[in-house]
Amino acid sequence: MIRESRGLGDELKKSVLLTPAVLVLILFFLIPIFLTVYYSFTNLALNGEGARNVQFIGLENYSRMMTDPNMINSIVTTLIFLVGSLIGQQILGFFIALMMKGKNSRFRSIIGPFFLAGWIMPEVVVALCSFAFFDRSGTLNAILQSINIPMVEWLYKYPLLSVIIANVWHGMAFSMINFQSALDNVPGDIEEAARVDGANYWQRLFYIIIPQIKNTIATNTMLNTLSTLGVFGLIYTMTGGGPGVATQVLPIFMYKQAFVSFQLGYGTAISMVLLVLGLIFSILYARIVED
Amino acid sequence: MFRRIMRFILVSTMILSLTACGGNSLDSSSKSESGGDVSSDKNDGSKEKSVITITYREDGQGEKAPNYTWIKNAYETWDMKDQVELDLAPISASEGDYFAKVALQLQSPKTAPDLLTEDSFQLSADVEAGYLTDISDYVKDFPDFQDGKFYEKIIDGYTIDGRVYAIPYSADTRGLWYNRELLDKAGYSYPWQPNSWNDILEALAAIKETSPDVFPIWMNAGVATGEGTTMQTYEMLLYGTGEKLQDEDGKYIIESQAILDTLNMLKTIFTEGYGPDLSLVLNGQTSNTLYSEYFTKGKTAISLDGNWAVGRFNEDGMNPWPGYEDKIGFAAMPTQKGQEPGFITMSGGWGWAIPENADNKDVAFQFMKHLMSYDLYLNGICTKGNITVRKDIAEDEKYANQPFYSKASSLLDGAYFRPKEAKYAQVSTAIQTMVESVVTGTSPEDAIATYGSDVIRMVGEENVVRK
Repeated sequence: MIRESRGLGDELKKSVLLTPAVLVLILFFLIPIFLTVYYSFTNLALNGEGARNVQFIGLENYSRMMTDPNMINSIVTTLIFLVGSLIGQQILGFFIALMMKGKNSRFRSIIGPFFLAGWIMPEVVVALCSFAFFDRSGTLNAILQSINIPMVEWLYKYPLLSVIIANVWHGMAFSMINFQSALDNVPGDIEEAARVDGANYWQRLFYIIIPQIKNTIATNTMLNTLSTLGVFGLIYTMTGGGPGVATQVLPIFMYKQAFVSFQLGYGTAISMVLLVLGLIFSILYARIVED
Repeated sequence: MFRRIMRFILVSTMILSLTACGGNSLDSSSKSESGGDVSSDKNDGSKEKSVITITYREDGQGEKAPNYTWIKNAYETWDMKDQVELDLAPISASEGDYFAKVALQLQSPKTAPDLLTEDSFQLSADVEAGYLTDISDYVKDFPDFQDGKFYEKIIDGYTIDGRVYAIPYSADTRGLWYNRELLDKAGYSYPWQPNSWNDILEALAAIKETSPDVFPIWMNAGVATGEGTTMQTYEMLLYGTGEKLQDEDGKYIIESQAILDTLNMLKTIFTEGYGPDLSLVLNGQTSNTLYSEYFTKGKTAISLDGNWAVGRFNEDGMNPWPGYEDKIGFAAMPTQKGQEPGFITMSGGWGWAIPENADNKDVAFQFMKHLMSYDLYLNGICTKGNITVRKDIAEDEKYANQPFYSKASSLLDGAYFRPKEAKYAQVSTAIQTMVESVVTGTSPEDAIATYGSDVIRMVGEENVVRK
């Protein structure tokens, strides 16, 4: 009997303490997600008929997407942006971490912050810095002109490359930190043994070090993938998705459909594709880690 | 079991108490808001001032913005000044973003302003969405509006199915502003008037030859300049081919020789180096850059732009330029090959509208009437640099003596208007992307293909046509 009442007290306490969290979750997470899914099946718009009279239109948004060259272009652009960013962030992050491995802590504490700078800055500041770097009268052109190379309009001639470089700069430090901690955990004796057996540096790197940290590589890739898929502010500030549709990744395409062309229904449908894309990659990486 | 029931009761009590709190706070705030209604103030005799919120677009000019001075002067001279407080809520945004922000504001009584500047091309879409108040009954109490002092053709643009939704305050035409000295240097005497697109291209080549350091021509070409790109650039060319955006049945033309010619003209201008550097033109501030740093300093020869550009050069304008009337000229935009009618212009304009969700419609209308009264409007329209919508102002010396106004106004007679149709605003965004793509190197054919699929998505396959 005493046990029972104490149990009830516990339950009561738990319920009281949990209720706010559950409510917040329902209000700000479940309902919006449910609404997003619902809206993607409607003709919801910011003005015109779709604003006054929202109607369920079934799969129309999705079937339109299949034949929309802008959608295909956006998916391709997103994938290029993703792969470019991943390669840049991972490889640079890995090699910086590798180079800093075993160096003394003073060296690490001086060099580390330089790379961290790009990461700790808010996205929009990174975007403005990158804009100032690539702009026609920006740093890069100033350097080029000082060595008599003619100015290039980077943001208009190589827009996708420019935003990828900016994103790599922004995200590289995160990879570096992950790899640093993983590399620190690679036991020195295995490497030592390999060295004694006559393995050269590259062999040790590819056969000893990388296999040891492959889980970190997978996790890091997954986190970078998800954050890169959602990049909006950086690209929007630098190029606005342009010129034309050259840097129109899915989040920008979604924004433009929803808030420039005012087709909120179609915009939410695009966001569902983004969600699915993120899911696919997550499952893929989770599988790799398991194996 | 008992535990489960307890849990359920607890959770529901908590939810209920939370929502009840929410309900209370909503009520009290809405009460305080509706307390701003001037009629109820009068009834209960309270001295509390009512507030009207005014939303307009400004591009970072702050207190120098023509709208600001116009509204401020109107408030200072308003006989209801003591009873009403003004809350100015300008939106500092590029043209495209302005409409998105306004559309969001208009959805709720909590955020909707009482008075709003509305571009005529957005009107149909906003009316269809139910955002705007039908002011047909209000205008009965506005003698100037009833007595034919406004141009009927312009009022038509703000009337849908016989109902009035806004009071127009500006009209506009477009053409080629040019620097006389640079044209002179290139071998053209004043006044310069090209008669076909080829004449323009020849002049541009000559300017590039004789003044290699200047940009021969400047025109909106990006997504960031929104409707400015559609109207001042694309449609000024397209309508000069003899084709319009829609055919006679109101179907959007998504593929035609005329569209291809228009895009090829743009491509030529930007690939031959006649246009400005892309980074200068593909952003929302391009007009400010052009007039503050290039055109007024003789670094750009020709600007394809609205008649309002000249308003900037006045003493109290944004880019004062003493003696500008002897330094520049205004030429009508020729048709493609000089075909009938010889010259073309697009025309649009802005009006004052009262949102459906406004709290204070009556007072807002009173203020709107005051804004449009003779003296205030005369000053307002002169600083804005737009064409007046009132016939009596058109004859006023102060207005008529402004340089270039008679020429700009005379173009109104044969002006083309944009489709008065709810989907046009969306189609316009597809045009902007198409133009930006072409000037940045996409082939006109590819850009047209994208445009076509965009427009089909917006208006439906049954409302488009290929030629």
